[in-house]
Amino acid sequence: MAFRRTPLFYLNVLVVGTCGLVYELIAGTLASYVLGDSVTQFSLIIGLYLSAMGVGAWLSGFLSKNLVRRFLDIELGVGLVGGLSAPLLFMSFAYLGWFQVVLYGLVFIIGMLVGLELPLLMRILREELDFKDLVSRVLTFDYLGALLASLLFPIFLVPTLGLMRTSLLFGMLNAGVALWGSFIFSDLITGGIVFLRSRAILVLVILTAAMFNAKALTSFAEEGMFDDAIVYAKTSKYQRIVVTRTGMGFKLFLNGNLQFSSADEYRYHEALVHPAMSTAIEPKRVLVLGGGDGLAVREIFKYPSVEEVTLVDLDPAMTSLGKELPALRALNVNSLHDSRTTIVNTDAMSWLASYDGPPYDVAIVDFPDPNNFSLGKLYTRRLYRLLASRLKPEAPITVQSTSPLYARISYWCIVETIKASGFKVSPYQATVPSFGVWGYVLARRGPEELVPPEKLPEGLRYLNTDSLGAMFKFPVDMGPVPTEINRLNDQRLVRYYEEEWRRWQ
Amino acid sequence: MNELARRDLLKAFLGAPALLALGCASRKGQRTIAQMDGGLVLRREKLGHRMRDLTLMPTPSGWSTCEVLVVGGGVAGLSAVRELKKRGIENVVLMELDENVGGTSQGGALPASAHPWGAHYVTVPQAANKPLIALLGEVGAVERIGKGGEPVMAEQHLVADPSERVFYRGRWYEGLYPFAGASADEREQKERFEAEIDRWVAFRDSEGKPAFALPMSLGSRDPRVQALDKLSMAQWLTQNGYTSPRLRWWVEYACRDDYGTTLADTSAWSVFFYYASRKKAAGASYQEVVTWPEGNSHLVNHLKRGVASKTGHAVLSVENGEDSVSVVALDASGDGEPTVVGVRARYVVMATPQFINARVVRGLSEERLAAAKSFEQSPWMVANLQIRERPGGAGFPLCWDNVLFDSPSLGYVVATHQRGPHRGPTVLTYYYPLVDSDARVARRRLLELGWEEWAEVALSDLERAHPGLRNYVERIDVARWGHGMVRSTPGRIWDGRRELAAQPHGRVHFAHSDLSGVALFEEAFDQGNRAAAAVAARMAPEAAGP
Repeated sequence: MAFRRTPLFYLNVLVVGTCGLVYELIAGTLASYVLGDSVTQFSLIIGLYLSAMGVGAWLSGFLSKNLVRRFLDIELGVGLVGGLSAPLLFMSFAYLGWFQVVLYGLVFIIGMLVGLELPLLMRILREELDFKDLVSRVLTFDYLGALLASLLFPIFLVPTLGLMRTSLLFGMLNAGVALWGSFIFSDLITGGIVFLRSRAILVLVILTAAMFNAKALTSFAEEGMFDDAIVYAKTSKYQRIVVTRTGMGFKLFLNGNLQFSSADEYRYHEALVHPAMSTAIEPKRVLVLGGGDGLAVREIFKYPSVEEVTLVDLDPAMTSLGKELPALRALNVNSLHDSRTTIVNTDAMSWLASYDGPPYDVAIVDFPDPNNFSLGKLYTRRLYRLLASRLKPEAPITVQSTSPLYARISYWCIVETIKASGFKVSPYQATVPSFGVWGYVLARRGPEELVPPEKLPEGLRYLNTDSLGAMFKFPVDMGPVPTEINRLNDQRLVRYYEEEWRRWQ
Repeated sequence: MNELARRDLLKAFLGAPALLALGCASRKGQRTIAQMDGGLVLRREKLGHRMRDLTLMPTPSGWSTCEVLVVGGGVAGLSAVRELKKRGIENVVLMELDENVGGTSQGGALPASAHPWGAHYVTVPQAANKPLIALLGEVGAVERIGKGGEPVMAEQHLVADPSERVFYRGRWYEGLYPFAGASADEREQKERFEAEIDRWVAFRDSEGKPAFALPMSLGSRDPRVQALDKLSMAQWLTQNGYTSPRLRWWVEYACRDDYGTTLADTSAWSVFFYYASRKKAAGASYQEVVTWPEGNSHLVNHLKRGVASKTGHAVLSVENGEDSVSVVALDASGDGEPTVVGVRARYVVMATPQFINARVVRGLSEERLAAAKSFEQSPWMVANLQIRERPGGAGFPLCWDNVLFDSPSLGYVVATHQRGPHRGPTVLTYYYPLVDSDARVARRRLLELGWEEWAEVALSDLERAHPGLRNYVERIDVARWGHGMVRSTPGRIWDGRRELAAQPHGRVHFAHSDLSGVALFEEAFDQGNRAAAAVAARMAPEAAGP
C-alpha cells in the first residue's frame, strides 16, 4: 500500500510547493505593479506570507481528527483563494479604495492555508514512512516545487499566460490535487466522500469559468504592446482604455495612445489650464471639452471664483474611470465628484451645436490627437466657430494641439484653423517628458492676441511667471510653417498628422 | 429562396465573378432575408399602371379652377411653383401621382437616420448659377457670397471628409479611381483624359460661353461642343486611344451613376458635361458637393413649404381650350375608390417625364409625339439598410460614398456621414442602376424581382466587401424606380428632339430634367424656373389688361 502510494505522494508535495510559491510571486508582482516600489512590496509580501505560513503551522496543532479530510479541504481552499487572487486583486484595484487591505488580507489567508498543508501531510503519512525519510523527502520536494515555480514564473508563466491566467491555472492545479487526493487517500477518509469530491468539482468549475472570462482584462498581444504592467483595461463603446503601472506611477492609454503619465501630467495640465484661466478675470463658468480623466478640472478648481465646470467627454467609461478608479481619484483630487462639476457624455460637436445655455467664461479643449477622421473633426473650423458662439466675447480658450516638434505642420495647421475661425491666437509650448515638447494654443476672439498672464495661482509645481513668457517663443525647428486649414469637408490635419507621426515610428 | 434560386439570381444580377466569391463563403448561422424587417416602398407603379390601362376616358364629377396647375411634384414642379409665387402668381396648384412630392429626390426616415431614396447631393454652384445659390442660401448652406459672385459654403453642409473610397481587390482605397497597381501607361491615360477635360473647361465659344455649364442652358451651343453628342463615350474613348480598363471603368462609373447607362449608350457630350461643368477653371479641382443625411429631400422639404399640392392624383388628360387648359385626373388620395376630378387652369406646367406627356397631353403633332416618345428612362433599384454598427474593412476608413469596383451597383452612401459620432447604428443607401441597352428589358428585370430578391442582391453584393454584414442588418427597404432618370444616349442632347419637346404647346408649358437630357437637381430646378418665368411672362400683360 505504502509502496504504491509514495511516489504519488511526493508529486503531491511538489505541486503543493509549486503552487505555494506561485501565489506568493503573484501577490508580490501584482503589488509592485499596482503600488510601485517593488523592493518594499516583495519584501512585505514575502515576510507576511512566511509569517502567515507559521501561523498555519501553529494552527495545524489544533487539528487532530480526520486529518485527510481536513487536508483536502485546505487544499481546496488554497485552490479557490489562491486561484482567484489575481482577479480579485485587479478588481479591487479598479473598484475599491482599500486595495492594500485586500492585498495583505489575501496574502495572509493564502499563506496560512499553505502553512497548514505540510504539517498535516506529514502527520497523515507518518504511519507509512520512517520519520527521517518523511521529513527529508517532504522538504526536498517542497523546496524543489519552489524552485520550479521560481523558474517557471518569470520565464514561462507571466510572459505567455499573464498574471490572471497563471493565478487561475494554479488554483485549478491545487483543486485538482485535492480531487486526486480523495482517490489516493480514499481508505483514510472517514465519512462521506461524495460531498468532498463535489466540492472539489465545484471549485474547479468556478476557476474554469473565471479562466474563460480572464481575457476580459487584457489579451496576450496587448500585454506585449505596453512596456509596463497593465493594471486596468476596459473596452468601451468608443475606445480601449488601459491603465499601466510604471516605476514612476500610472499611465493612461486610449487606443494604445498615451494620454498622461502620473509622473509628469502636472506639467501637461498646468500648461493646458493656467494660461487661459489666469488670463480670464474672475472666471465663473468653465467649459472642458474632452479631459474625462478630471485632471484639467483639478487645475481649474485652483481658482476660487469658479462656480461651474461643464465637462463634455464622449465616453462614459472614461469619465467613470476618472470618478471611480481610486488611483485616478487620488490624482484628480476627486474633481469629478465636486458638486460644481457637471459631466456630459456626448459628442462635443453635437453638444456645442445644440447648447443654448449661458455663455462660458473660459474653455479648455483637450481632445486626443487627431489620428483619425472622427477625432480630426474635433479640430475643424466648424468646431472652433461653434465653440466661439458659446463663449463670452472675450473668453480665453486653450486647445491641446499635438507636438510642434514631432508634428510641426499639424501643430501650425491647428493654429491656423483656430485663427481662421475668428480667434486671435497665441501659440505656446511646454516640455512634458512623457510626450516630449508639447503644443497648445491660447486664443480669444478679440480685440488682440493674449499675452502670458502675469499672475498664477499659488502652489503650482511647474509653471511660474518667469518661465511662462518663454513658452510663447518658438525655437527655429518648431517655428510657424504655412499650412492649409482643417475643415469638415477637407480634413487636412488628419493627413498631415499621419504623415508626420509615421516618420517617428 | 433556395440555394439554387439564389445562385441564379446572383449570377443574373451580380455576374459570375460575384458568384465565385460567394461560393467560398459559408452561409451557416447567417440570417436570411426572410428574418429581416422591411419591404417594398414608394409603390407608384400601381396607380401609374392603372392610369395606363384605362381604356375609356372618364368624365369628371366636377371642375375646379386655378391660375396655374403644375403637374408633377418632383424638383422641376416644386421649383416651378416656387418661381411662380416669387413672381406674384398665388393661385397655383400642384398635382402629384405619388403620396408625397419630391419625385426621385424623396427621402425617408428610419430610427437610425433620415436617408435618401434617390438623389442625394448637389454640386456647389458656380457664380453664374444665381438661382441655385439663392436656394441654397435659403436653407442656410451658403455662408456668404465671394468677390467673384461664387458662393462660400457653410462647411457643415459640404460633404465631410473623407468623402469617397473604392473597394478594389479586397481593399479600400481613398478616391474613386483605383490607382493601386495601375501601370505607367494607365496612369498616363488617366492624366491625358484629365487634360482633355481641362481643355473643355478652358474652352470659350465666340459668345464667351463655356463649353459646359450647370445648368446646361448656360453652356455653349458651339458645333465643336455639340459634335461630341454624335458619339457614344465608348466610341470616343476608342477613337482617342483610351484603352486603360481602369480609366474606362472610372468613366463608365460616372455614366452609370449620372445617366444609368453604359459607355456604349452614353453620349460623349454628357460625359464631358459631367466632368467639365464641375470645374471652375482648367487645373482646378472638381467642385465640392453639398449633402444632407436625407439627401436632396432636404431641399424638397424647403421647396414644398406653402405649396398647395394634390398628391395621389394621376393626370389622365391635358387639353388646350380657348382661354384655359382642361385637366382630368384620377384622385386616388383617399382610401376608397378613386374619383375623377377636373381642373381648369389658365396655364399648365407639365413637370412630368416625356413618356407621360406623350400619353396625356392632347393635340400634340406627330413630330412632337415622336420626340416625346424618344426619351428613355433608366430603371433603378435603391435599397436602404439600417445596420447596428458601421462596416469597416481593410484599408481606407468608411466614407460618405463607398464604391465597389467589381459590381454592377454603384455601392452605397452612409446617411449619418455628416453627423458624429462615427459609430453605432446607421443607414446605408445602396444604388443599383439597370443599364441594359433596351430600357424596357431593364425595366422588366427591375420589376421581376420582389423585395426578398432585391434585398438578397444588395446584401450579397455588399458582403463581398463586408462579410457577415447581413447579421448587422435590422431593416432593409427597397424602392424600384421604373423610370429613375433620363438616359443621355448619343444624340439625346443636340438632335433637336429635346428642344422640340420643351416648346410650349398652346397654354401648356413643359419643365422636367429630361428636357435637359441629364437627370440632375440643377437641371430640374432650372427647367422649373424657366417654365415658370415663361408662364409669368405670358400672364403679365393679361393681368395688366388691354
